[in-house]
Amino acid sequence: MSNLIQALNSARVRGWLYQGLFLAGALAVAGYLVSNTLTNLANRGVATGFGFLEREAGFEIGESLMSYAASDTYLRALVVGLLNTLSVSAAAVVLATVLGVAIGVARLSSNWMVGRFAAVFVETVRNVPLLLQLVVWYTIMNRLPSPREALEVVPHVFLSNRGMKFPVLADHPGHGWAFLALLAGIAAAIAIVRYGRRRREATGKPFPTLPAAIAAVVLPPVAVFVATGAPLALDVPALAGFNFEGGGSVTPEFTALLIGLSVYTAGFIAEIVRSGILAVPHGQTEAGLALGLSPVQILRLVILPQALRVIVPPLTSQYLNLTKNSSLAVAIGYPDLVSVTNTSANQTGQVVEAVAMMMAVYLVISLCIAGFMNWYNRRVALVTR
Amino acid sequence: MTENAIIELRKVGKWYNSYHALRDVSLSIGKGEKVVVCGPSGSGKSTMIRCINRLEAHQTGHIVVDGIELTDDVKAVEKIRRKVGMVFQNFNLFPHLTVLQNLTLAPIWVRGMAKSEIEEIAMMYLKRVRIPDQAHKFPGQLSGGQQQRVAIARALCMRPEIMLFDEPTSALDPEMVKEVLDVMTELAGEGMTMVCVTHEMGFARQVADSIVFMAEGSIIESGSPAEFFENPKSERTRQFLGQILEH
Amino acid sequence: MSKEVPTNTTTAWAASYEEEPSQASVPPQANGVTALKPLGWAPVNWAKANLFNTPLNTALTVLCLAILWFTVPPMVNWLLLNAVWSGSSEACREAAGACWSIIAVKHRLIFFGTYPYEEQWRPFLACGLFVAMLGISGVRAFWRPALSVAWALVLIAMGVLMWGGILGLTYVANDRWGGLPITLMLSVFAIALAFPLSILLALGRQSSLPAIRTFCIGFIELMRGVPLVSVLFMASVMFPLFLPEGVTVDKLLRALAGLTLFTAAYLAEAVRGGLQAIPKGQYEAADALGLSYWQKTRLIVLPQALRIVIPPIVNQFISCFKDTSLVTIVGLYDLLTAATVATTDPEWRPYFAEVYVFAGMIFWLFCFSMSRYSQWLERLANRYTRR
Repeated sequence: MSNLIQALNSARVRGWLYQGLFLAGALAVAGYLVSNTLTNLANRGVATGFGFLEREAGFEIGESLMSYAASDTYLRALVVGLLNTLSVSAAAVVLATVLGVAIGVARLSSNWMVGRFAAVFVETVRNVPLLLQLVVWYTIMNRLPSPREALEVVPHVFLSNRGMKFPVLADHPGHGWAFLALLAGIAAAIAIVRYGRRRREATGKPFPTLPAAIAAVVLPPVAVFVATGAPLALDVPALAGFNFEGGGSVTPEFTALLIGLSVYTAGFIAEIVRSGILAVPHGQTEAGLALGLSPVQILRLVILPQALRVIVPPLTSQYLNLTKNSSLAVAIGYPDLVSVTNTSANQTGQVVEAVAMMMAVYLVISLCIAGFMNWYNRRVALVTR
Repeated sequence: MTENAIIELRKVGKWYNSYHALRDVSLSIGKGEKVVVCGPSGSGKSTMIRCINRLEAHQTGHIVVDGIELTDDVKAVEKIRRKVGMVFQNFNLFPHLTVLQNLTLAPIWVRGMAKSEIEEIAMMYLKRVRIPDQAHKFPGQLSGGQQQRVAIARALCMRPEIMLFDEPTSALDPEMVKEVLDVMTELAGEGMTMVCVTHEMGFARQVADSIVFMAEGSIIESGSPAEFFENPKSERTRQFLGQILEH
Repeated sequence: MSKEVPTNTTTAWAASYEEEPSQASVPPQANGVTALKPLGWAPVNWAKANLFNTPLNTALTVLCLAILWFTVPPMVNWLLLNAVWSGSSEACREAAGACWSIIAVKHRLIFFGTYPYEEQWRPFLACGLFVAMLGISGVRAFWRPALSVAWALVLIAMGVLMWGGILGLTYVANDRWGGLPITLMLSVFAIALAFPLSILLALGRQSSLPAIRTFCIGFIELMRGVPLVSVLFMASVMFPLFLPEGVTVDKLLRALAGLTLFTAAYLAEAVRGGLQAIPKGQYEAADALGLSYWQKTRLIVLPQALRIVIPPIVNQFISCFKDTSLVTIVGLYDLLTAATVATTDPEWRPYFAEVYVFAGMIFWLFCFSMSRYSQWLERLANRYTRR
């Protein structure tokens, strides 16, 4: 008996005991919930398992990056939803970053008025719920005139309640080649920038990095374009009956979601950029000036490398937030992952599986972004003692 | 005003909004001269020294450095900053670069020197400030005294004709002050023109050719160390010396 | 880049330092010194320094003025001068400005949803009590145990007011509640319930016991990795499945549970930040005094950690307040839903902008004042730690 009491006083034994109790409790609760769930599902006559993924979905999806019809499987429908989530998120990430960086820098402007403008923007978008903003954008999109009275913002670009229509280049094999040339040019430009920097460090001689890089990006595609006969024929949207034909288009749902997400997230990114730049002590700028570096060189060699360390981690978590926030699409009828999952769950009744899959997909996206963030942090962490 | 002055301030004035930071400051420093500037805090000594390489812009009067007048002209300022090295109170090393990279950054990007060439010179200066073994560490891994010596080496790598020191030892622990002052004394022995804001009176007595005492934005008096310490002319100086030499 | 001498104040990224120019050597008492100032009229000097100091800035200022010139007069016209403040929708159709009469007609719907019309003084009073309590809670002088008692009383009073059924008040089932009370109650209850949970989670995440640590990390990362919408879906469709047959939980409670779990995960990370900010010496000193784990946590660690995390908690409250608008997706009748419903009335259909501006202003007022408050708290905390 006294042995037992002594054992109970050992920190290690206590630790195991607490954990054992905790696990037992957790398992008991989980078991209770699972058994309830199974009973409930059986009573409702709902099947379990992921077999439903192979069955015919039977619902249409408004927009899709890959071919999809109501006769396709649930699995394909969910992939369509995922692609829609990723495409709107990717586009919004780019837009939000451009807008956010611009506004963050504007808030730091020595021009009082520009600073005020940026501050008003930030304080407005950050303090109104995203959903309200989305609903407003969507309502605006929906209350636009019908295609027959569409607004022609710029020649051949039409805004109507069916979304935005714009001219695209008519299909031509030359475009593919020009695009490849553009990719090659971008790769060459990256190489030139790296080489230019290394050469500058090695020899100290100035190297025309910027003009060379621009030339590398611009010249090859233009050359290919001209060589293939400069196929400039435009596919222009034209009114036919009650809607437009031809041209490219984005739906009102996509447009509303894209604008809403970008504007909202830009407000947060602006604050991140601002605090990142402010985090670099002013002495750094002064030291650069005293050494004779030009303002552009100070920005590039001294301020940005330091500011980016502060900016990138919260920036990636904003990207993650944006991706998660794209799930608000369900409120305005954009067929993203959540919306498609929701429809599937309603039709099959297999709520548990559907929600679990949806959560798993978002978790995987989150883990990827978190993984990147950890890698970046390790790479750039400042060495101190 | 001497003909061979390398730094010349004539009736320099500066305001921060309504606060008058410099009042008609006139000072002439010859080539190779070592000047120590002292005075109570808020007397404008840092402001004056920062005007010499235009970290601060003066509003009235003239500043001429090595024959070039400091004005709005960007090119003139660039030229002067290449000739004038500066050491700050808080070191202002670039934390994201190694010690060696801190030293080579400006020579590569401003002077257009080759990396191999400047690295050799940089190592030479690191040896001079007695920390060649720290070349590949980051500033955050060094002690304050070591950081300040790196900062001196960084300024020297630009081969300046003039060195400005803005309270280089004020942010250091007492036991590190000496190692920095030793480096500065050595540098003075080599004929570098130096303008140094400091409260280290031992250093001033030993190294300075002249001492400038400032209070409330004006130069109260200036003269040789002997004159200044033995025979201060103004009551304000005596009061200051009394406070500072007490301990 | 403008052709300007790069002193410390003319580079664009250094601009924000202008507020405190680098004049470390300048003592504050010297401000009284009279000085010969460069001549000029103060506002003109200010404009020269802040609006027209470089060619680039002059161009930007002109651009901003142009934008203001083209946007402010039409906005003022629409919002105020040409607006219709009361009357029928016919009056609005003829006017060029905003139709605020829709607010006059629909404000009861927007604020209180489908709560019985004659009884709407009850949610009104409840919201008033609530906002008053929020205001009182913001004052440091009231931060004492009695405050939590007061909160408990107010919450009970709110329950009585909203549900009724006693004291001669008619019973109102909570599926008839809507509008502002739903938004306020969900956010405050979610934070209040999430707070203790988040402390447990944060402590668990720091625990030396692997099973508990793993569970807490798993829960926190799961909740932070998925969107709130999916948590709300889970709460609204899966919770009923978890419960034994015949037991039902109403929609409001299910949404509250989802919101609480979600908020707890985020709050736990804030609390963890506070725990990590406590110097190791504090733990060692507590151990050396012979305090047990829970004594150490309760008496030494949490009081310090929670003080640090008050500003992040307020920020979390702001997000939670904004996030409650998502409950509209699972069919609850919050402020935003009420606003949307108000715009669907055929008679008033063209005037959606007015309703959303109004609803947006309510959200903005709450969020903006709270974020200002949290900034003030942060400055206060910094002042204490700097000493």
